[in-house]
Amino acid sequence: MSTGPAVEAVDLVKDFGATRAVNGVSLSVPSGSIYGLLGPNGAGKTTTIRMLLGIIDPSSGSRRVLGRDRPLEAAQEIGYLPEERGLYPAMYAREAIAFMGALRGLPLREARRRADVLLKEHNLGDWAKKPIRTLSKGMAQTVQLLGTIIHKPRLIVLDEPFSGLDAINQAKLEELIRREARAGATIIFSTHVIAHAERLCERVAIIAKGKVAFDGRVDEARARLRPIVRLTTRERDGPWRSALPAASRTEGNHFVFELPESGPEPLLKALIDGGAGIEALAIERPGLHDAFVAIAGESAAAEMAREKPQ
Amino acid sequence: MTKLLRGAFVIGRRDFSATVLSKTFLFFLLGPLFPLLFGAVFGGIGASVASSRQKPVVAVVASQADFERLDAARGRLATAIDDEHVIRLTRFAPEADPNAQRGHLLASKDPPVQAVLMGFPDRPQLTGAIRPDGTTAGQLRLMLADAEGDSQAEAALAVDHTDVSIANTSRDLALTGQAAQTALFFFTLLLSTMLLSQLVEEKSNKIIEVVAAAVPIESLFVGKLFAMLAASVLGLIVWISAGAAVLASFKGLGALPTPEIGWPTFLALVIAYFGMNYLILGALFLTIGAQASTVREVQTLSMPVTFGQVLIFGFAATAVGAPNSGIALAAAIFPFSSPLTMVARAAQGPDLWQHVIALAWQALWVAIILKLGSSLFRKTVLKSGPRTKWWRFSRT
Repeated sequence: MSTGPAVEAVDLVKDFGATRAVNGVSLSVPSGSIYGLLGPNGAGKTTTIRMLLGIIDPSSGSRRVLGRDRPLEAAQEIGYLPEERGLYPAMYAREAIAFMGALRGLPLREARRRADVLLKEHNLGDWAKKPIRTLSKGMAQTVQLLGTIIHKPRLIVLDEPFSGLDAINQAKLEELIRREARAGATIIFSTHVIAHAERLCERVAIIAKGKVAFDGRVDEARARLRPIVRLTTRERDGPWRSALPAASRTEGNHFVFELPESGPEPLLKALIDGGAGIEALAIERPGLHDAFVAIAGESAAAEMAREKPQ
Repeated sequence: MTKLLRGAFVIGRRDFSATVLSKTFLFFLLGPLFPLLFGAVFGGIGASVASSRQKPVVAVVASQADFERLDAARGRLATAIDDEHVIRLTRFAPEADPNAQRGHLLASKDPPVQAVLMGFPDRPQLTGAIRPDGTTAGQLRLMLADAEGDSQAEAALAVDHTDVSIANTSRDLALTGQAAQTALFFFTLLLSTMLLSQLVEEKSNKIIEVVAAAVPIESLFVGKLFAMLAASVLGLIVWISAGAAVLASFKGLGALPTPEIGWPTFLALVIAYFGMNYLILGALFLTIGAQASTVREVQTLSMPVTFGQVLIFGFAATAVGAPNSGIALAAAIFPFSSPLTMVARAAQGPDLWQHVIALAWQALWVAIILKLGSSLFRKTVLKSGPRTKWWRFSRT
């Protein structure tokens, strides 16, 4: 496996007329990693992906994909599942997968052979010679996903891959992504549902308003926030209150606050010595969602929250 | 280039299969009946131009007085039957060397000389590629007898058959050119609407992004264009087979005058120009159709496109009767009318070099239109680059 980045983008900008959709995106995707592009709809994720794949040219900036400046030159090593799924309705499932393989350079006979294998592996063998229009939405989506990986690409780019899938198919897709990553592929996927990224990704880029607000490891994103302490006491007040940060949220004898930089031990000592009467105490590591809120801002987080969760 | 062609092949193969294996392809094969009628009507434009400008004549080498007697006889014959169907006479003064003069006149195209009459009134002799028992000789015998004052008897007329075909007059050759031009026109007319809607399927089914990420956009255009060319050639084989059966029932190709370059070369050029006519107009229609997002938009576009084709055909048809005129030259140079003009020209002239140049010129325009079309597609549909203002306006 190559140790260099599979994808590098430097200051990508894309203008559509007077509208700047992407405003200086820079990111680096290590080879063999699962990389998430997070952000609300309209943040610029899809436009960034399209520029990385060479579907559209950036207004300025540069990108390098699998060692090539022109992404289309690496097209045979890339698999791409667009956000807006597309298949020929009259085409048989097997032919649709083989067609996508042929587009990526596979000989048609080999593409058909692989399509048969993949369809059987995913319990769709009986549907191989059925037109796409007769398949359920989930099945059609699986067919397109199989077409995305049929040529064993080194780089797999999935734009909102969980969109429209039920919980069972989402779990299957997560497993497929892990399997491809274990096989050595680099996976980039965009999502506005942070839970998927949290479960799958080693690294994420948080995109908001066309800019990368964060690019790094998931634990680095979390580490930007202090752990949260949830405390319940018997007493409501006492000298121990001075050990709690001023920004604590208080509801009766329940307190929520960031763990002080001095750590848990001085806090516990002050609570015990001060006679707070600890009934419950939990120190929680912040989630990616909390990190996203902190990094992208409340407005972006609110926008994400408004979107329908998958 | 290899990637472009490989991608074009994959797309072309899918499109060809999807087209030919669909039930609607049967309707496509029946399609020529309608444009055939349409083409025949408009094809008459070229024929009328040709017939008014280039009527063949019988050259009469005689004194003015003798010619006037013969011409008066022609006038009387024209009152009995329609003037349009009576052979035309043109007088030429006798020259010192009759054989040289005869040869010179038979080679003349301005006016086009069908036959030469000499030796009137003593020993009239008609020379040309005409049959002794044909209409021309028969009419001349009646005129000669009438001019001699004996309308009851048939005059003696020696007829020398020459190797020069009677068909090799401009008018007759124009007929062959016109037939080829009409055939090309309606075959292409059939395909235009299909080409307009070629990219709607990809756009409406969101397949375009999968394709655009895998192969250059030019591959998409080239693949689609050549898939439809292959489908149309398949249709052409069916239509030609059916047409051959019909011709065999009547007069066969012999019903049409032999082109100056001969049938094999002419038919090869017809096929080449069919390909070029299809590719040039196809590339244009593909470009126009690529801007449409829905079937409704394609339907809206199909009418102006059809009328555009008719205009182009009319433009090319005007050149049939006068292949060396300025308008003919313009029609040959203008890329969209060039194949139709040149196919008619192929029937009327022996020079092959002009066809080599024309085919190269047309191929260049196919490449230019495809390149422009794919660039426009990138800008307006994939939104790669600044949007074209007129299109933004039309979509609002």
